[in-house]
Amino acid sequence: MTIPYRPLALGLLTLSFSVLILGRAQAGGSHYYPPVTDPVVKEECGSCHLAFAPSMLPASSWKRMMADLKNHFGDDATIDAASAARITEYLVANAADKAGQPFSSKLLRGVSAANTGSTPLRITELPRWVKEHRKVPDWEWKHKDVRSKTNCVACHADAELGYYND
Amino acid sequence: MLRNLTTTVFITTLAFIFSGTGIAGPREDQLAGYAKAANAAASGFSAERGKALHTQNFASGKANTPACTSCHGKDTRAAGRTLVGKQIDPMALSVSPSRYTDPAKVEKWFKRNCTEVLGRECSAQEKGDWLSFMFSQ
Repeated sequence: MTIPYRPLALGLLTLSFSVLILGRAQAGGSHYYPPVTDPVVKEECGSCHLAFAPSMLPASSWKRMMADLKNHFGDDATIDAASAARITEYLVANAADKAGQPFSSKLLRGVSAANTGSTPLRITELPRWVKEHRKVPDWEWKHKDVRSKTNCVACHADAELGYYND
Repeated sequence: MLRNLTTTVFITTLAFIFSGTGIAGPREDQLAGYAKAANAAASGFSAERGKALHTQNFASGKANTPACTSCHGKDTRAAGRTLVGKQIDPMALSVSPSRYTDPAKVEKWFKRNCTEVLGRECSAQEKGDWLSFMFSQ
């Protein structure tokens, strides 16, 4: 009996191609970070920039950030003590290293080894974030509709809903 | 006697309902508050001065935000953009009718933005002028 090499090879090629595509699709599917639902957090953390998903940073980072709002990346973002306490509680309860955040472990990969230490303040300096965005050219960050790496929605249309697949 | 009292109360109530103070909302109240703090009448606020404040370049604040318009844009009826790129709803009352109804929020942003742009807090007079400008837009 002769082995039908050509159809076999073609079939294998199709299969490997599908696996590749499916694998990519799966990778895309793992970029979900539940958006902020608390109205106070949404208002206070979402006026100047997107209210970042608490699951993008570990609890220690949120505590460190909330403890120094006077120097918030060059801005004085001080708020009243009651709001600050409520926001901190929410961020810590939903942080990346809390149980039930399935997609955060990847994002936090390599964090302790990074220069920023184990309590990074910038999501955009997480090794995983840097890796995912390595192909974005400099001019795109400077585009008038983008302006900064904090402007997730400029490229991720559904970022406010928690999806960062595109 | 009782009848007289009832009539008086009735008329007073009516007068209150139809007077300006009876229908004043949070915007008017806040403006009146600034007028009181500035020792002036609310009618003394000037939208023109507010406009000048809004568009003027200050050297006393942070270098990347010399004016209100740095983020809010020159057109009060159009959306603005923060330095990091997030859109800001228009400031003009005519296109953002839900604005200026929470006095604490208004105060919070005056404090924060005046400090950034002017390098100091705004006076009650300036706040009243600025609000009058936005109410007129």
